[in-house]
Amino acid sequence: MGNTLSRLRILLLLPLVALLGGCNFVVMNPAGDIAVQQRDLVVISTVLMLLIIVPVMALIVFFAWKYRQSNAAAKYEPDWDHSTHLELVIWSMPLLIIICLGAVTWSSTHLLDPYRRLDRIAPGNAASLNEPLQVEVVALDWKWLFFYPEYGIATVNELAAPVDRPVRFKITASSVMNSFYIPALAGQIYAMPGMETKLHGVINKAGIYDGFSANYSGAGFSGMRFKFHGVDQAGFDAWIAKAKASSETLSREAYLELEKPSENVPVRLYKEVAPDLYKAILNMCAQPGKMCMSEMMAIDAKGGLGLASARNILPLKYNISMLDGSSSTKNYVASVCTLAEAAREASDRLSTTPLDPTPVTGAGLSRPGTAPAPFNFTPAPSLAERRASNT
Amino acid sequence: MNITTQTINGTEVPVFYVVDEHDHPAGSSTMLGFWLYLMSDCLIFAMLFATFGVLGGSYAAGPGPKDLFDLKLVALNTAMLLFSSITYGFAMLEMMKGRVKSTQMWLGITGLFGLAFLCIELYEFHHMIHEGAGPWRSAFLSSFFTLVGTHGLHVTFGIIWLVTLMVQVARFGLIEANQRRLMCLSMFWHFLDVVWIGVFTFVYLLGVLR
Amino acid sequence: MSDTAALANTGLAKFIFGRLTLESLPLHEPILVATFAMVALGGIVLLGALTYFKLWGYLWKEWFTSVDHKKIGIMYMVLGIVMLLRGFADAIMMRAQQAMAFNGSDGFLPAHHYDQVFTAHGVIMIFFVAMPLVTGLMNYIVPLQIGARDVSFPFLNNFSFWMTTGGAILVMMSLFVGEFAKTGWLAYPPLSNIGYSPDVGVDYYIWALQVAGVGTTLSGINLIATIVKMRAPGMTMMKMPIFTWTSLCTNVLIVASFPILTAVLALLSLDRYVGTNFFTNDLGGNPMMYVNLIWIWGHPEVYILILPLFGVFSEVTSTFSGKKLFGYTSMVYATLVITILSYLVWLHHFFTMGSGASVNSFFGITTMIISIPTGAKIFNWLFTMYRGRIRFELPMMWTIAFMLTFVIGGMTGVLLAVPPADFVLHNSLFLIAHFHNVIIGGVVFGIFAAINFWFPKAFGFRLDPFWGKVSFWGWVVGFYFAFMPLYVLGLMGVTRRLRTFDDPSLQIWFIIAAFGAVLIAIGIGAFLVQIAVSIWNREKLRDTTGDPWNARTLEWATSSPPPDYNFAFTPVIHDNDSWWDMKRRGYVRPLEGFKPIHMPKNTGTGVILSVLATAMGFALIWYMWWLAALSFVALVAVAIFHTFNYNRDFHIPVEDVIRTEGDRTKLLAAQAAS
Repeated sequence: MGNTLSRLRILLLLPLVALLGGCNFVVMNPAGDIAVQQRDLVVISTVLMLLIIVPVMALIVFFAWKYRQSNAAAKYEPDWDHSTHLELVIWSMPLLIIICLGAVTWSSTHLLDPYRRLDRIAPGNAASLNEPLQVEVVALDWKWLFFYPEYGIATVNELAAPVDRPVRFKITASSVMNSFYIPALAGQIYAMPGMETKLHGVINKAGIYDGFSANYSGAGFSGMRFKFHGVDQAGFDAWIAKAKASSETLSREAYLELEKPSENVPVRLYKEVAPDLYKAILNMCAQPGKMCMSEMMAIDAKGGLGLASARNILPLKYNISMLDGSSSTKNYVASVCTLAEAAREASDRLSTTPLDPTPVTGAGLSRPGTAPAPFNFTPAPSLAERRASNT
Repeated sequence: MNITTQTINGTEVPVFYVVDEHDHPAGSSTMLGFWLYLMSDCLIFAMLFATFGVLGGSYAAGPGPKDLFDLKLVALNTAMLLFSSITYGFAMLEMMKGRVKSTQMWLGITGLFGLAFLCIELYEFHHMIHEGAGPWRSAFLSSFFTLVGTHGLHVTFGIIWLVTLMVQVARFGLIEANQRRLMCLSMFWHFLDVVWIGVFTFVYLLGVLR
Repeated sequence: MSDTAALANTGLAKFIFGRLTLESLPLHEPILVATFAMVALGGIVLLGALTYFKLWGYLWKEWFTSVDHKKIGIMYMVLGIVMLLRGFADAIMMRAQQAMAFNGSDGFLPAHHYDQVFTAHGVIMIFFVAMPLVTGLMNYIVPLQIGARDVSFPFLNNFSFWMTTGGAILVMMSLFVGEFAKTGWLAYPPLSNIGYSPDVGVDYYIWALQVAGVGTTLSGINLIATIVKMRAPGMTMMKMPIFTWTSLCTNVLIVASFPILTAVLALLSLDRYVGTNFFTNDLGGNPMMYVNLIWIWGHPEVYILILPLFGVFSEVTSTFSGKKLFGYTSMVYATLVITILSYLVWLHHFFTMGSGASVNSFFGITTMIISIPTGAKIFNWLFTMYRGRIRFELPMMWTIAFMLTFVIGGMTGVLLAVPPADFVLHNSLFLIAHFHNVIIGGVVFGIFAAINFWFPKAFGFRLDPFWGKVSFWGWVVGFYFAFMPLYVLGLMGVTRRLRTFDDPSLQIWFIIAAFGAVLIAIGIGAFLVQIAVSIWNREKLRDTTGDPWNARTLEWATSSPPPDYNFAFTPVIHDNDSWWDMKRRGYVRPLEGFKPIHMPKNTGTGVILSVLATAMGFALIWYMWWLAALSFVALVAVAIFHTFNYNRDFHIPVEDVIRTEGDRTKLLAAQAAS
């Protein structure tokens, strides 16, 4: 038996052998500061737990061997079933480890909160904190759409960012849930329809990295991959210029066409984007005539629109059903052209706080003046803006 | 006598089995089992309440509670259910005294109150749907119809059960098994009453205050 | 034929068959047609054999309608093992697909098939393999361990089993009539909403789980009432065998979590059938509420599966070390702590939803706290072995393999509970490796320990040790080959549920994993051979004593297999290792003074109700509204009719008891003489 048990242990070493094999362990060997810190956390936690796991495994094997039936020399105490000292040890050992790990968890979860703006781009390098690059991400069936609001361009299935410049992703989805994940850059976060999540990261080494959806989203899920280009500033400028030189523009109509399910979509670049398209997608009102969620929520906060509004719904065809020819319909709320004040009230909720470079010190408390809202709905475009974009 | 030891020749000897055994009384676990069932049912309602708590404000730019709820009607409805609980209590008192006829009468009255409750609820639902405010209109209405409707379904089953028990009492009298069943239905009926008080408070009153 | 007639015809067909048409049968898919042919052939052979040997009456009278907890327990185990074969077939198809789909190859499964396969694998393995096996085990062992003659509600027990079977039948039907869900095993909306999954797949999922869920909840209520009310005299709570304790906690978890699953699936079905907006994107719905609600059920479910097996390992370790269980009291409290904490950790399944750092750390830390009582349990088993006399029979081998394997799974689990670490490992193959590590290493190894341990009790002969060892090594080595590569792949950033791959360097790992799956297949095959060989050699493996392992708890006090009434006299308990105590203090088996024994009667109502419920589920799946209404009315009518039967029990005549006990006396005497 002892023999067979040691065979078991050899099997446990398999991952270690593989580590030496030099595969692409992107999670263990990432290129972005956030992902590096997450990697460190994986290692620290594992080592902390091995402190107790290894002795326990050794003891299991040792006791199993020592007290085997054929070993008559070993002590046999059939009625020994309690020892207060031992009980204290076996409850406090895991407790101690968990206290350490809990402390690590609390601080690291706050420091590596994906919503938190970066306060460094590499260990000890907080100096060159530029304004982060803004990227708005939309998970579509089954491809990724990226907006660069500062540059007015958009891309499908290709992402680029300059090395050592923080990136701030705002993430949503058009239909079903996905998860936005570039292992080399930072951990993942869900992309959910009608909701916005945020992710901050920075890439420290130039290179081409894999990005993909890490949450199953239907038939085309396996092909929902893109390349993330970490490039120097010149390269990034060139990349933007390339997009600018594209002949395509992403109008609302083009977006509604793009939104339809498609698989293994090649890279596409758009030189120009319809105004506030991302906001409209986030608020689920890219279709003309559909009420935006921000507007709806502002109305709901005031207690709804009264009995007459009960019938203010129109049928909506689901995109996915168009794929297989069947038609299933679902209702949506038609846009109303009243309550401008409701929309304005919603836009008042937008808080633009300046970046505070002092490190977080409090136990999970946010800095005064910042409002960390997990599901932060962007306000609706004003009515005038919406009219402009609809025409 | 101590059942775990007996004394033979002045020394305590352990007893390892029950010598003079009696049958397990039938239904000795029924009350506990039914309580457990009620608690599991309670969990379903708890979840529906939680759902209403989350979605109760999502009117989807449609009508809200103030537009839809008629508190007078709901108060009448609540009264029906509360009365039915009292009359069920009377039925149980009569059952304890072993009076079949008056037990049946109070059960019948309970059933009628329950039926009145259901009718008023159905009228309310019909009215709302007629106005276009059906469960598909908004998440608020979905959770409202589901919570109140699930309660209504329970009352419906309670009435079916009540009628069944009335038939059984009529045929077999107030035998032990029937008494046990009436006890279970009693717990069920009062449980629905308690749930309804929650519905009345959290859905209707707080909804209108919202 | 005129057009109107044709239209009327299709209208009529639509009324009768709802969505079901000839195209719903997957005749164009060779894999499914071949599978169907095999299943049909096997089914015909089985049915033919049953008819030829005139076994129908026997099966119906002695098994299907039986309210005996032992027979129901065995039927649950058979259901679990049959469904294991189906679930494993799905597993091996996934392994093959992932090992093949490289370098532009599409593998052999198209997306719509592959997506059903991984969904069905998860659903079947959790709901129709692990749950029946665990429930069956509790059903068989618990009444025996507490010295009871049956459970509190024997009819409900039979009904629960048939409802679970009804759910399993619905899942199996989806293979050949229509399709199964393509959503992943928890069917997250919006993907599972009617707009994105308009087919019958999700409906099969919903109704299979609803039908089975009724059975599970009722069996939980039943076993709690049994444990609380039916313990033998002298068995206080702190003298209950540890397996009974873990079963009690498991059933509390079942009763306090399955209603949530029922309710959340009901809301999803309302979204799909009525057009409500609980989990839709539009009109105020919130899909993320589904994710929260289903995990409020889902996390306790994990402990529903593992806790009874913790009990099994405790019994096995103590028996085969020839020692009292170390730290019984702390074991009980550890179980209770796990039971309570399992409700406070659900959010760790979706740290990446963006709940904010404080919420995430709270749930991360509560998750880690669970590892403290779990760690204490491991230590308790360890110190039960300490200064013992360990016999390495099969149950003990499985237990040692469990302890070594489970600590690894526990470690990776705690690692995943650290939210920032979860951000890089969530939904990856690392996660898959982790939960297979605890479910195979914990639940499956435990089930095999339990089967090898209690089989002689249930059938009167031991299982063949040679094939048992083949099965053991197949499973254990196969597990490491199949899942260690997945840990590695997870660290390479490979996500779950992928059908095709770009990076050719990954392929070798998938091939190793597929090889591991083949080894596990050998393990499963060897297990089936083990049972067949044991039946063949049953005379050689016969256990006449009723206590083949020199064990400690009450179930070993009676014969193997136990008589219908379990114990001729209700035992009186003095110690938590009650049978050990009886053996040590000179218990003498009573030979006279027998009385007639009061027992519940068999009934076919459970089968009928389950058939009707399954028919209703099938009708709702295919929109055959008339059939749904009809079967629902019939369901209520049969249930009411059943309550008019007041005559539900009988007495086993004293002559039968005397004869049964006399036979055992002779057997024991023969055993003593030889």
